[in-house]
Amino acid sequence: MAIVEVQNLNLAYGDFPALKNVNVHMEKNTITALIGPSGCGKSTFLRALNRMNDLIEGVKTTGNILIDKEDILDAKTDLVSLRKKVGMVFQRPNPFPLTIMENILFAPKIHQTAQKAEYAVIVEECLRAVLLWDVLKDKLHKNALQLSLEQQQRLCIARLLAVKPEILLMDEPCSALDPIATERIEELMWMLKANYTIVIVTHNMQQAARVSEHTGFMLLGELIEFGRTKDIFTYPQDQRTNDYITGRFG
Amino acid sequence: MIRETFKHNPYRTEKIAHALLFSATVLVVLPVIFILWVIIQKGWSALSWEFLTAMPRNGMREGGIFPAIVGTVYLVVGTLIFSLPLGVFAAIYLTEYAKDNMLTRLVKLAIINLAGVPSVVYGLFGLGIFVMFLKFGSSILAGSLTLAIMVLPIIITTTREALDSVPQSFREVSLSLGVSKWQTIRYAVLPHALPGILTGVILAVSRAAGETAPILFTVAAFYLPHLPESIFDQAMALPYHLYVMSTQVPNVEVSVRYGTALVLLIMVLSMNILAMVVRARFRKRKKW
Ligand SMILES: Nc1ncnc2c1ncn2[C@@H]1O[C@H](COP(=O)(O)OP(=O)(O)OP(=O)(O)O)[C@@H](O)[C@H]1O
Ligand SMILES: [Mg+2]
Repeated sequence: MAIVEVQNLNLAYGDFPALKNVNVHMEKNTITALIGPSGCGKSTFLRALNRMNDLIEGVKTTGNILIDKEDILDAKTDLVSLRKKVGMVFQRPNPFPLTIMENILFAPKIHQTAQKAEYAVIVEECLRAVLLWDVLKDKLHKNALQLSLEQQQRLCIARLLAVKPEILLMDEPCSALDPIATERIEELMWMLKANYTIVIVTHNMQQAARVSEHTGFMLLGELIEFGRTKDIFTYPQDQRTNDYITGRFG
Repeated sequence: MIRETFKHNPYRTEKIAHALLFSATVLVVLPVIFILWVIIQKGWSALSWEFLTAMPRNGMREGGIFPAIVGTVYLVVGTLIFSLPLGVFAAIYLTEYAKDNMLTRLVKLAIINLAGVPSVVYGLFGLGIFVMFLKFGSSILAGSLTLAIMVLPIIITTTREALDSVPQSFREVSLSLGVSKWQTIRYAVLPHALPGILTGVILAVSRAAGETAPILFTVAAFYLPHLPESIFDQAMALPYHLYVMSTQVPNVEVSVRYGTALVLLIMVLSMNILAMVVRARFRKRKKW
């Protein structure tokens, strides 16, 4: 069953069209990768899914984005509950300059989804889910900025999981990390797939090939080709996709 | 030719620049030290428990300055009660909510320029609006409101700077976690802007405690042998008391005048130091 269904999505920054008639759907509990040269609209697309583009003045969006059959582009959409459901991991690890514990509890405390007595359990659960519990369980009151970049990125994912989202949007989550840390985050993504639907933007084609089941190739705001990752990387249907994955441009 | 080499000799210009910049710094610091030294030297002998806690006697030539100290404290507190919430809220609106258009920019410009208005103008304004039009009379209320308006630009400007210095990513992350805009400001922005806001408070407090002109027509009493009982009473205040003792009362001992100045100085400085300590605490905890 498609959890995300994008129909005729167009998005413009002022008069600059950043997304042109994008149609795509994503299945529950899958990982979808978006690749394409810089400036082709990958981040814009991702930020359309949780309406983060709304923060930018002069953005016009048309079309439909159905998430669980509800059109989130509808003016009546409650952005707070949308963003609880569709969470985001950013390119640069961006924990708050607070303790590890405070970072994870940031949203649950504000949303009042947890009682004080449950805090410890939530922190443990979320840290376990990102494989940080064993390393950090004695350092919960340490400032998050003292962690390594990889740990910070994991913590950001944990902080997001505490909101109990269904869909995770990841915008180049490994671009600030070294290859070993990248590999470990990729393993983590495979684990998370069991419970979440993941959309990842990446510049790294090997990463897309390794980590995703479906891949979309974007160019100048258009989704040129979309299909199973295996097919895209072995038998691309479009010449432009072929050129990109064989490294002829981008 | 000689001039050329002189100009282009980097060692020489380096030395000259260093000497010049250093002496400028010394010239700046010297008067401050000199002022402090004179005030302490001449005023120290007046300081005593009685001076701090007794009412003035004998046409203010003897006794203490207790009511002036109390009055200044009341005024500072009153000023903050009015200006702090108002200023911080306005700054939040201007930084986080207002769209960046002509009107907003005009408002921001106006606020910055308000900081440059001479304080006696605020005094006159307070007299017209609070004392006479609103009929508060010459009172702590009218004085606090006048001082509050005077320090509002300081609080707004420093708060805006503090909010601007909080990384945009904090807001993005918080919003992306399904936190509403106001909650984001409340929990992801304000806590990190607090040290900066505190700077504004320090500046505002120092200014409110030290200014004479705005309180001259709005609250200050020449001589009041008892403490104010309500916010509609007049009060004595240290800067005005100092002015009175220096110019209006004959035969006041030098040490009494400088003692008063010293007390005012100590009050303002200790508030600054307190706020600086609090700031440093925050700094240590939050780094990005
Ligand atoms: N706030 C904005 N205002 C105007 N134009 C923008 C804005 N953000 C992005 N754009 C433009 O929209 C296009 C798509 O940008 P986007 O950030 O989505 O690209 P991207 O594929 O994520 O690129 P990258 O790989 O470099 O992250 C680019 O041409 C960019 O210049
Ligand atoms: Mg991008």
